[in-house]
Amino acid sequence: MTRFRFAAAAFATSVVLASPAAFAQSGTVKIAWIDPLSGMMAPLGQNMVRSWQYAADLATREKWAGDVKFEVVPFDNKLSPQESLTALKSIVDQGIRYIVQGNGSGVAIALSDAVAKHNERNPGKEIVYLNYAAIDPSLTNARCNFWHFALDINSDMKMEALTSYMAKRPEIRKVYLINQDYAFGHSVERAAEEYLKRKRPDVEVVGKDRHPLAQVRDFTPYVAKIKAAGADTIITGNWGADLALLIKAAKDAGLNANFYTYYAGATGAPTAMGAAGADHVRQVSYWHPNDSVVNAQPIVEGFRKKFNDDYYTMATYTGFRLLSEAMKKAKSTDPVKVAFAMEGLKVQSLNGEVEMRATDHQAQQAVYISSWQKVDGKTVRFDQENTGYGWRTEAKLDSYVASQPTSCQMKRPAAR
Amino acid sequence: MGRTIRFAPINVGRWFVWGATALLLAVLPLLFSSGFAITLLSQMGIMVVFALSYNMIFGQGGMLSFGHAVYSGLGAFFAIHALNWIGAGELRLPVTLVPLVGGVAGALFGVVFGYVTTKKAGTPFAMITLGIGEMVFAASLMFPGFFGGEGGISSNRVVGEPFLGITFGPGIEVYYLIAAWCFACMVAMFAFTHTPLGRIANAVRDNPERAEFIGYNAQRVRFFVLTVSAFFAGIAGGLSAINFEIVTAENVSAIRSGGVLLATFIGGAMFFFGPILGAVIFVFFAVALSDYTKAWQFYLGVFFVAMVMYAPGGVASLVLMNLRVARHRLFGRLRDPYAGVLLSGLILLTGVVMVVEMSYHLTLNFAAGSEMRLFGFSVDSAAPEIWVLAAGVLAAGASSFEAMRRYFVREWGAVQVAIEEQLQREAGVR
Amino acid sequence: MEFFVVSLLNGISYGLLLFMLASGLTLIFSMMGVLNFAHASFYMVGAYLAYQISTWLDALLPGTGYWIALVLAPLAVGALGAVVERYGLRRVHRWGHVPELLFTFGLSYIVVELVQIIWGRAAVPYRVPPELDGALFTVYSTHFPAYRGFMMLVATLMLFAIWLMLTRTRVGLVIQAALAHPETVEALGHNVPRVFMLTFGGGTALAGLAGVIGGNAYVTEPSMAALVGAIIFVVVVVGGMGSLAGAFIASLLIGLMQTFAIGIDWAPAGLLQSLGFEIGPATPLYSVWSLELSQVAPVLPYLLLVLVLILRPRGLMGTREN
Repeated sequence: MTRFRFAAAAFATSVVLASPAAFAQSGTVKIAWIDPLSGMMAPLGQNMVRSWQYAADLATREKWAGDVKFEVVPFDNKLSPQESLTALKSIVDQGIRYIVQGNGSGVAIALSDAVAKHNERNPGKEIVYLNYAAIDPSLTNARCNFWHFALDINSDMKMEALTSYMAKRPEIRKVYLINQDYAFGHSVERAAEEYLKRKRPDVEVVGKDRHPLAQVRDFTPYVAKIKAAGADTIITGNWGADLALLIKAAKDAGLNANFYTYYAGATGAPTAMGAAGADHVRQVSYWHPNDSVVNAQPIVEGFRKKFNDDYYTMATYTGFRLLSEAMKKAKSTDPVKVAFAMEGLKVQSLNGEVEMRATDHQAQQAVYISSWQKVDGKTVRFDQENTGYGWRTEAKLDSYVASQPTSCQMKRPAAR
Repeated sequence: MGRTIRFAPINVGRWFVWGATALLLAVLPLLFSSGFAITLLSQMGIMVVFALSYNMIFGQGGMLSFGHAVYSGLGAFFAIHALNWIGAGELRLPVTLVPLVGGVAGALFGVVFGYVTTKKAGTPFAMITLGIGEMVFAASLMFPGFFGGEGGISSNRVVGEPFLGITFGPGIEVYYLIAAWCFACMVAMFAFTHTPLGRIANAVRDNPERAEFIGYNAQRVRFFVLTVSAFFAGIAGGLSAINFEIVTAENVSAIRSGGVLLATFIGGAMFFFGPILGAVIFVFFAVALSDYTKAWQFYLGVFFVAMVMYAPGGVASLVLMNLRVARHRLFGRLRDPYAGVLLSGLILLTGVVMVVEMSYHLTLNFAAGSEMRLFGFSVDSAAPEIWVLAAGVLAAGASSFEAMRRYFVREWGAVQVAIEEQLQREAGVR
Repeated sequence: MEFFVVSLLNGISYGLLLFMLASGLTLIFSMMGVLNFAHASFYMVGAYLAYQISTWLDALLPGTGYWIALVLAPLAVGALGAVVERYGLRRVHRWGHVPELLFTFGLSYIVVELVQIIWGRAAVPYRVPPELDGALFTVYSTHFPAYRGFMMLVATLMLFAIWLMLTRTRVGLVIQAALAHPETVEALGHNVPRVFMLTFGGGTALAGLAGVIGGNAYVTEPSMAALVGAIIFVVVVVGGMGSLAGAFIASLLIGLMQTFAIGIDWAPAGLLQSLGFEIGPATPLYSVWSLELSQVAPVLPYLLLVLVLILRPRGLMGTREN
């Protein structure tokens, strides 16, 4: 009897001891996606949730983190910080430990703060927040915290690259700045003025405008102002419907200026640009499908076939690479261990090597300046939104060139 | 011989009801102790204060306002700034008293806006409150220093010295704070209805001209009532600032104003406890139901319109009407009609829910495909068979509900007639 | 100069669109005393129905979709409005004006949700027909879109048609009478419930027409009703409850005000500085003085509403307050 009991106990103990190791890299890891699926930015949100789900399938199928299955659970935040915090409470109750968000730095700032507070008050139920597109620089400087990881290059890095490119173009003489009236838009305006003054003091900023976020349907009054100011170049951080409608209004009014944008590759803008935007629009980004270090054709075409949509949020690929490598390194899916493992981690993504810098949790990666050109099968192979036009690289900066210093002094929790 | 006799009986019923309410507030989180339930109860507590303050001007004062969130929202902004000042050590105030800051701010703005809005009641008042509401909302994005712009103002409620170990970090401590304030405000607002100002407000609502004849300035009365109501709305805002630790322009938006109007009306504007019921129902729809379905606003809207059309006195009036029937011992006659209406209503509801949920799933159209979970079953929302089933259920439910409704209305009418006969007989006997 | 002319044209076209909406609201309010909160929702339904009809018909007979929708969609919205009046509003009418207002308020919630259930939450690609896409003429160097010109044409034609109907037909005379003396009209024995139904249907049909025209110029998506809803109330109140001419003037005024304000960067600090005061970030209330008119633009219509209600509750040309 005792021998049987002893054997049973030994068996049970070994099962219990083995489970963490056995299940550490298996089971399903749910990732909550918090972004708008309604309102003016809904099409953008739909594209991005599809990109995350596609990348999750890829990571699961190709076993990037062993037997771990990734599942993306969407939450519609209607672009509102308050709704996002309500969603966060629901996410906590459902036991999901990873969240991703990107549309709107206002939301990102609120989420970053809320996650830090939650983690401090609920040890053992920590949440890790991957920010894949909200690029207000304060998120990795004054407001940095250990649980927030920025996958996109921040606004200052993008403006540094953009203005370096613009410095070499003599046809730029009068610049107009138009941005959305919130933290990110303000940072774009500030950086543009500062960096232009440094690199091209002869360029005149003839006007600045801030309009409400995701509200304006008709940009004709703003276009009229731009024309009246005589600008030949427009710098804008506008994204989603705000950029698409601005470009549409400019096209309708016959505005002949060049656009230097952050997000002309995102949903809505390509259709608004069409043929009229050829050679007139440039964007700064961390990747585009026509200049991929790793062959992106199967991914881009697979996405196109499955959703009839464009894959451009490559941060989803980088995000899963980072998570998977970190999970393998930490031999666990526990968020705290994964967070520590991600610090300083270097992974291979579609744009080359990406390093998650430990000081401020800002991903260091290459920066591309590209221009909108007709598809020619050679330098421009993939078009966007079936317009027949796509992106061609004009300049590429290695990650160490675009890198910016940081003022982040984050408090780290006790290592586990 | 000089001793007068004073007869002041203890109103046992009132003490019992209020005591039971206090006990209920204290015991609820022990019955529903999950994190989600505590959040839900906290939000219900805040909404109860807000809805009761709204009913002061709506049900008791007869003023339909589309901009009441201005007072609660501005109170919330002041409260969250106060919380930040406490955190920075610039203000020595216990976190427990922060809602009072919100209340005072709300009252101040009640004075400022109330002075210009209360000249008339009725439609002009509604329009001007709409205008002020939209104005404050638009202005909140113009002054980012105070309102925080798109991101709003965040704060940390775990500041200051912990009192008896209470830091307000855990949700349950916040719930008890909210419950205490909610109870205090309920008592205060109930007491207000018994003050001369509260009574005259009812008179001004019913017949402003007559109230002027007996010597009360209708505009002055409305102004005072609005100020007091704004005070309590500000307290609700302050509680919201502590609970969510973030205040954005949404707190002063037309959506919030509309929400409190919905909640108060659904509960019943004619009775004091009506808005309490309405607040609970509204938060249930907005917070709990929204986790299960994206169409919760549709269900809420339909519920509201049904109330407007069939029961303008709200849920409270429905409850009281049935209590009246029960008191006259005639409820037995209604048992079968009720069963019929409820059963057929359930079938109709199932059909509507099936159609709405499946349509929503199909039009939302992301990667998940057409598979969805409906009532716990996995269904393919693109398959025609399930749509035929849903249509069938909907048709069956609609026709049976209509038949049952007519039967119910006949029986109800008969019951009302029987009650009238009873009352006449009693009056005749005496 | 170019800026002025362009903004003038844009302001007028936006104002005329507002008038299309406000005219229906004024008619309903004058006839029935009901402030139809759901009016902007019928505008939205008009846009969505026009999108759906034009998409279906373009598949069958390419190129005709929009033009047929231009006729069918407003009729459909009018029929919907008549049904709502007959089975909903009429029931609530006996309890007074506040329940009617609340009914239309609840209706606005439901319509938004229904639209989302049927067409989803994202914007639908309701496009300007290719015949009307392009420039009508060029002002200095700015193109004036042909579609805007079409919008202005339809709005003016509609105004003319309403004026004709009101002054030259019998139904119009009854409506005019009800605009001033609703109880007397009832006492004179006209079939008031039927007139109510027709008026409500007619008013909502006007809103639907505005939706067909405006939906493809401005984006067609579920929050389009909320955006324009509050503004048309401002128009109706400022113009004067019950006055069509007042609504016309007020809509042009507000359309121009909003369009011009965005273009003007002037701030009070500039004026104070030219008067000799030193205004800098340290000056008290600097955030108020430095507010540019372009930043204040969204608030101006509501400020106007509040001022009118305080100073002249009748509105610009109103005949009565309630």
